[in-house]
Amino acid sequence: MKFRILLTTCLRGLIRNPMRAALTVLGIVIGIAAVVAIMEIGEGSKQQISDKFSNLGADVVNIFGASVSTSGVNSGMGGRASLFPDDARAIMEECRDTVVCASPFVRASGQVIVGNTNWSPNSIKGGNEYYLAIEGWEVEQGTAFTGKQVDEADRVCLIGKTIADKLYPGQDPIGQDIRIKDVAFTVIGVLAAKGADGMGNDQDDCLILPWTSIRMRLMGASGSATITKGGAANSNAKASSTSTFSTSAVDFYPGCDLQPYTNAPHPLRTRTVDSILVKIRSSDDATPAMDAITPVLRRQHQLEPGVLDDFEMRDRSQFIKMVTGTSETMSRLLIAVAMISLVVGGVGIMNIMMVSVTERTREIGLRMAVGARPRDIMQQFLLEAVLLCMMGGIIGIIVGRVASEIVSSKFGWPVISSPLAMALAVSVAASIGIIFGWYPAFKASRLDPIDALHHE
Amino acid sequence: MIELRDITKVYHLGEIDLPVLKGISLRIEDGEFVSLTGASGSGKSTLMNILGCLDHPSGGEYLLDGRDIAGLNPDERARLRNARIGFVFQNFNLLPRTSALENVMMPAYYRHPPQGHAVIRERALELIRLVGLEDRMHHTPAQLSGGQQQRVAIARSLINSPGILLADEPTGNLDSTTSVEVMNMFRDLNRQQGITVIIVTHDPKTAAFTDRAINMSDGLIMEGVSDELSATLKK
Repeated sequence: MKFRILLTTCLRGLIRNPMRAALTVLGIVIGIAAVVAIMEIGEGSKQQISDKFSNLGADVVNIFGASVSTSGVNSGMGGRASLFPDDARAIMEECRDTVVCASPFVRASGQVIVGNTNWSPNSIKGGNEYYLAIEGWEVEQGTAFTGKQVDEADRVCLIGKTIADKLYPGQDPIGQDIRIKDVAFTVIGVLAAKGADGMGNDQDDCLILPWTSIRMRLMGASGSATITKGGAANSNAKASSTSTFSTSAVDFYPGCDLQPYTNAPHPLRTRTVDSILVKIRSSDDATPAMDAITPVLRRQHQLEPGVLDDFEMRDRSQFIKMVTGTSETMSRLLIAVAMISLVVGGVGIMNIMMVSVTERTREIGLRMAVGARPRDIMQQFLLEAVLLCMMGGIIGIIVGRVASEIVSSKFGWPVISSPLAMALAVSVAASIGIIFGWYPAFKASRLDPIDALHHE
Repeated sequence: MIELRDITKVYHLGEIDLPVLKGISLRIEDGEFVSLTGASGSGKSTLMNILGCLDHPSGGEYLLDGRDIAGLNPDERARLRNARIGFVFQNFNLLPRTSALENVMMPAYYRHPPQGHAVIRERALELIRLVGLEDRMHHTPAQLSGGQQQRVAIARSLINSPGILLADEPTGNLDSTTSVEVMNMFRDLNRQQGITVIIVTHDPKTAAFTDRAINMSDGLIMEGVSDELSATLKK
């Protein structure tokens, strides 16, 4: 029998009793609708969670100096002043496969003053022109600082929303002066609000400056920049390459040549950076990215083979994975429950197909008498069950979509429609049709044509 | 040509063996118009099922066009029924809620090798015209009278151009006027198209339309087959 004819035969068989067909597929419709809606809502909440956490930097690798022990006291991570701004450039240039961009990172603290108001911001951070992209900041108003401004250690800054509200209530902060630790800076941009971070700290209570400005203007100005002695192993290494990254325009050490440093090296906090932030292509790339960065840094730091790394790396993706994993587990659980309703729906299909086979025994007998082979009968009933289930699946998808749209508009839950869920739903429905339609179809095909013809 | 040699059929009901056909020998030539008569329980329905390849005999040989079909498997028997034999039933057995035309087309769907829908439809329209129902072809069985339903069934039995038409009490559910119409239709098919027609009936009036009446009683043929033929077939 040609498939097209078989298909029309089956459709006719179903249309002959539309009400029963509709009731039969109801179980499948509900099951599929539940699966689709749960998958969409689950996907939405997963996305929402990862959005919330991605402004913490899901795709960021932090590089710190390694710990160092001084007189038996361990400094903990970042204790060794081993990272140089040039390292960021080298990482960016040499690990292009996995790394998007890298920025030195320095941190300062202190009071900021505008007119007669003052404020102690949560943090004063410095990076290069890529820093905003790495940390997921957007400039809402004004402009970000450029690479040139970083090179020149310009006295420009970007302020967070909280600072803008506190220090410039009802005013446009752009172009205004702000004094940070008694050094006058110009506000060139206001950052879009990010809200609280995972720990409840206000992320918008911050200033972002070119890292050079912090190092050269703020720490110099206060005269209190910490000088920490680092491990001696690598201090020589950097002396000759300090100038390459950012000192093209600014002389960091006016009137001072490098000779004294090579002779009596002091790993100054003013030459090293607190950490380096690296934005990787995707949060899944963390491990390959770290594997690629390690040799670059070891070479930069001229570490001999066998010498331990003088830096450590952390990627933030683990934490985010854990949180999204939790929501994924929840939605998987719900899908499992919905799957049970699909099985119940499948039993309904089987039940009705059995009734249908009994009811249509005469038809089966006739078809056999005029030349249908058992396998033709089998095909017909199996295809009917599959069609029934697939129709149920398609209606279920529509109902599920509508349900999740209603949920998203009523409760404001985010929803992401997933074509995968739909394809999955249809194939699950079809398999249910095959599994639960098989036995009735088998029974139909095993009927004896003579008995079937005389069935009352 | 149909040739039965000492066909037996025994039903096993639990421990009891119930012989229904006790050695039937019979020859029906191509183009014959035969009736198979007998009281109920005489075994004529069983014989018809065997003739129609719906059932297989317990013993003996059934040669259809010289080919022994007792050993065919169900699939092969289905193919054979589809291609060689047309069935007409007492209760018409039309598919409910399906148009007359679709009913006529149905057996052709199982044809091997498959035919195109258009070809099947063309042939079905021809047959619908032959039985004079061209103005009713889109009606469902429920909208047709008994006689009309039986004419649809006859058209259906002819869709695959079978050599043999088997009719099981074709007039059993019809009034006398329509019975005559239907029987005339069988006779015309036999005379004009040379189709072998076998009518199973208990009604002498229906049997009277046929050229030869084979009478059965208690699993044996009483009359309609000459004794010497019987003897040769049995050997």
